[in-house]
Amino acid sequence: MAKTPTGPPPPPPVQKLRLRYTKRGRLRFTSHRDIARAFERALRRAQVPMAYSAGFSPHPKISWVGAAPTGVASEAEYVEISVAERVDLARLQAALDESLPDGIDVTEVVEAPVGTSLPDRIEASQWSIRLPGITRDQALQAVGLFLAAETVPVERLMKQGLRTLDAQAAVVRMSAAGDQDCATLEVVVRHVTPAVRPDDVLSGLRSVADLAPPMPPQATRLAQGPLTETGEVGDPLAPDRVPDGATRAAADLEQAGAGSPS
Amino acid sequence: MPVESLFPRLEPLLPTVQKPIQYVGGELNSTVKDWDECDVRWALMYPDAYEVGLPNQGVMILYEVLNEQPGVLAERTYSVWPDLAEKMRASGVPQFTVDGHRPVAAFDVLGVSFSTELGYTNLLEALDLAGIPLHAKDRDESHPIVLAGGHAAFNPEPIADFIDAAVLGDGEQAVLEMTAVIRQAKLDNASREETLLRLARAGGVYVPRFYDVEYLPDGRIARVVPNRPDVPFRVHKRTVMDLDEWPYPKQPLVPLAETVHERMSVEIFRGCTRGCRFCQAGMITRPVRERSITGIGEMVKTGLEATGYEEVGLLSLSSADHSEIGEVAKGLADRYEGTQTSLSLPSTRVDAFNIDLAQELSRNGRRSGLTFAPEGGSERLRKVINKMVSKQDLIDTVTTAYGAGWRQVKLYFMVGLPTETDEDVLEIAEMAREVIRAGRQITGTRDVRCTVSIGGFVPKPHTPFQWAAQLDHETTDRRLKLLRNAIQSDKSTAKAIGYRYHDGKPGIVEGLLSRGDRRVGAVIEQVWRDGGRFDGWSEHFSYDRWMSSAEKAGVDVGWYTTREKEESEVLPWDHLDSGLDKEWLWADWQDALAEQDLDDCRWIPCFDCGVCPQMGTDIQIGPTGRTLLPLTVVKNPLSV
Repeated sequence: MAKTPTGPPPPPPVQKLRLRYTKRGRLRFTSHRDIARAFERALRRAQVPMAYSAGFSPHPKISWVGAAPTGVASEAEYVEISVAERVDLARLQAALDESLPDGIDVTEVVEAPVGTSLPDRIEASQWSIRLPGITRDQALQAVGLFLAAETVPVERLMKQGLRTLDAQAAVVRMSAAGDQDCATLEVVVRHVTPAVRPDDVLSGLRSVADLAPPMPPQATRLAQGPLTETGEVGDPLAPDRVPDGATRAAADLEQAGAGSPS
Repeated sequence: MPVESLFPRLEPLLPTVQKPIQYVGGELNSTVKDWDECDVRWALMYPDAYEVGLPNQGVMILYEVLNEQPGVLAERTYSVWPDLAEKMRASGVPQFTVDGHRPVAAFDVLGVSFSTELGYTNLLEALDLAGIPLHAKDRDESHPIVLAGGHAAFNPEPIADFIDAAVLGDGEQAVLEMTAVIRQAKLDNASREETLLRLARAGGVYVPRFYDVEYLPDGRIARVVPNRPDVPFRVHKRTVMDLDEWPYPKQPLVPLAETVHERMSVEIFRGCTRGCRFCQAGMITRPVRERSITGIGEMVKTGLEATGYEEVGLLSLSSADHSEIGEVAKGLADRYEGTQTSLSLPSTRVDAFNIDLAQELSRNGRRSGLTFAPEGGSERLRKVINKMVSKQDLIDTVTTAYGAGWRQVKLYFMVGLPTETDEDVLEIAEMAREVIRAGRQITGTRDVRCTVSIGGFVPKPHTPFQWAAQLDHETTDRRLKLLRNAIQSDKSTAKAIGYRYHDGKPGIVEGLLSRGDRRVGAVIEQVWRDGGRFDGWSEHFSYDRWMSSAEKAGVDVGWYTTREKEESEVLPWDHLDSGLDKEWLWADWQDALAEQDLDDCRWIPCFDCGVCPQMGTDIQIGPTGRTLLPLTVVKNPLSV
């Protein structure tokens, strides 16, 4: 007996939401697991009526879309959540943002149209990498060598052991700016498996041009989303956004060509 | 004088260390007060890694109690891992607090909470990183007062050279009184010596430098006496009465980093009078003081709102013994039904009542494992340790648990108990086999498991076993191996029984530090100088380093650990008063040897352990007859 819980099953999801959030300042030192725990607790403090899975170990329905590595900041992280009661998006954003630590800021909340997939829209990331102690000219020269190379193999320690990956192949474009004290790289990297991370790009620059920053570089993800033909990173929530005042249901109807209900 | 944040200097070191988030602070419900608006400043340290230290209830309580006071500031600091410590030394960054990233050396007090003696080398590492002289005698007015607290402070003699003072017993009121003494001393421009003297006279505070230890020619202690007339002969522990008046932590800290306890804890009572003779916590925290059912309900409510945790632990030394535990469990389970909040009772008794409780607590979903602690392998041994559980009790309880749907139980035992023989230990295997057979029978399946978990017994001060000889590590390891073979010998049950244990060597070092005297301090210092830190972590602990350091310091480890002590021997902690009468402890030790058990004073007349009359305290238990009312349900503020 009693191999399933005796209480009632949790209520089903009625609405799916997509959230964009940041990882700023000291919070860049959080790992993805840290963020996930902080989110779950903030959702409870903010009284978000989460939908839960059933069973002895119910989990709130949260799906993570990519995640910036530990030590890397981001302006564009995404997560999807499902709720058991329909919620007001603006109030949810304000309440959740208030409950999350400073630095994890919820910058947008949209409702997910049924049948759409956010992960399918994430093809590339745009990174900004500050290199304190490296001059603009040093960076420009290294970027030139990197882009001119046919392949730039770099090594990274993974769970399976030391693996070699081609940092060059995933880089869509890269440029350098900055001044005498600090160069800044702007890089667009395609999402491939295994992922090429800012660290790997920097290892690549070290191997092709001996670029060795004397101080820790600071990487920030500025955007992630669909890759345009011109090598830009698009906004993955654009298809979900509805005009002010409209509701998701109304927008869905409009998209389906049924006109706006009065 | 303004104290600058060290963070700008620390930050460049963080990208290449393990788990950097543990060093950045900013936990939910943490506090950073203005330095210059406070005149008494405490740095509170838990001398282990952040992931172990952050959930510590003692530090969390004192942090909040102190920060609630105007003009008082408390920040936290934890042991930094060797990877960061090396970088800090290389770039001159001192030991810092995680709240304001202020240098620990700038505070008035560095209060260190010792749950275990294995944190002693981490104390030395923190002092060195902080730039505070290791030895109390080398410090001046510019240095913080280094204060030890926690259970290990009931025998702080091994670290007497490194600390300025130790506080005995409950800390809530003690830290406030010490704050008042320090504030006045600062106003008076008092010398370090004078400040310590005032603390020593305030009660509950032991200042080792004011006491001299004299030794007999054979190395035993002749006596410990004050070296000045104005300090007490014995230092008495502090006891907080009426837990409902101290509902801390009200705003528990919620870390970003992962820690060992991912839950909110509410202490439902303090103290225990079960009288298990091995249990130092049960001896030094007497008498039993219950938090009321309504007080518990209020703490759970405010704590959940403040944290967003999804699990609540109802803590105490034996939680099922709360006089209204059934009503507490039912009331909380009713209140939080449908909210995905789970409740746990970490400390469990071996009886069927417990299974009812566990079922009540898991009715909302999450079901945690069940652990039972018979502690001793044979009925005879359980009489010696005064843990009165019969084999039939255990089989019945576990059978009920399997019958109620649990498929896995954990059984906890100790090896190395006084008077123990190989046969006592081998009975553990027999018990585990019977548990599995009974479980298979009641469930009608072979899908039941039990894990036998073994801890090594270490005799502790202020217990009836303080005179006992600790078992040498060779015999401990031999018995552990015998037990493993016995479990594996019966093929019909071997695969259903898990076996977890630690080898006997760390226990010997813990034993040395637990019952050591001031001469053991030289060993601790030598170990630290040879690179010893994080001795509670098997990957950092080195038995050989401890033994070679003891040899260099001229300390005979066996003399401190495996030698049985006589009634007349002066013990290093005799001048520190936990309230227990030494004659009663000795009588209880003799009862143990005669296999005589003793009941709990909550349910029988006083057995004269000495605590209540000595401390002017009394047991405080219910029932109150009150119940938990349902929480008012309001419409979700976010729903449309």
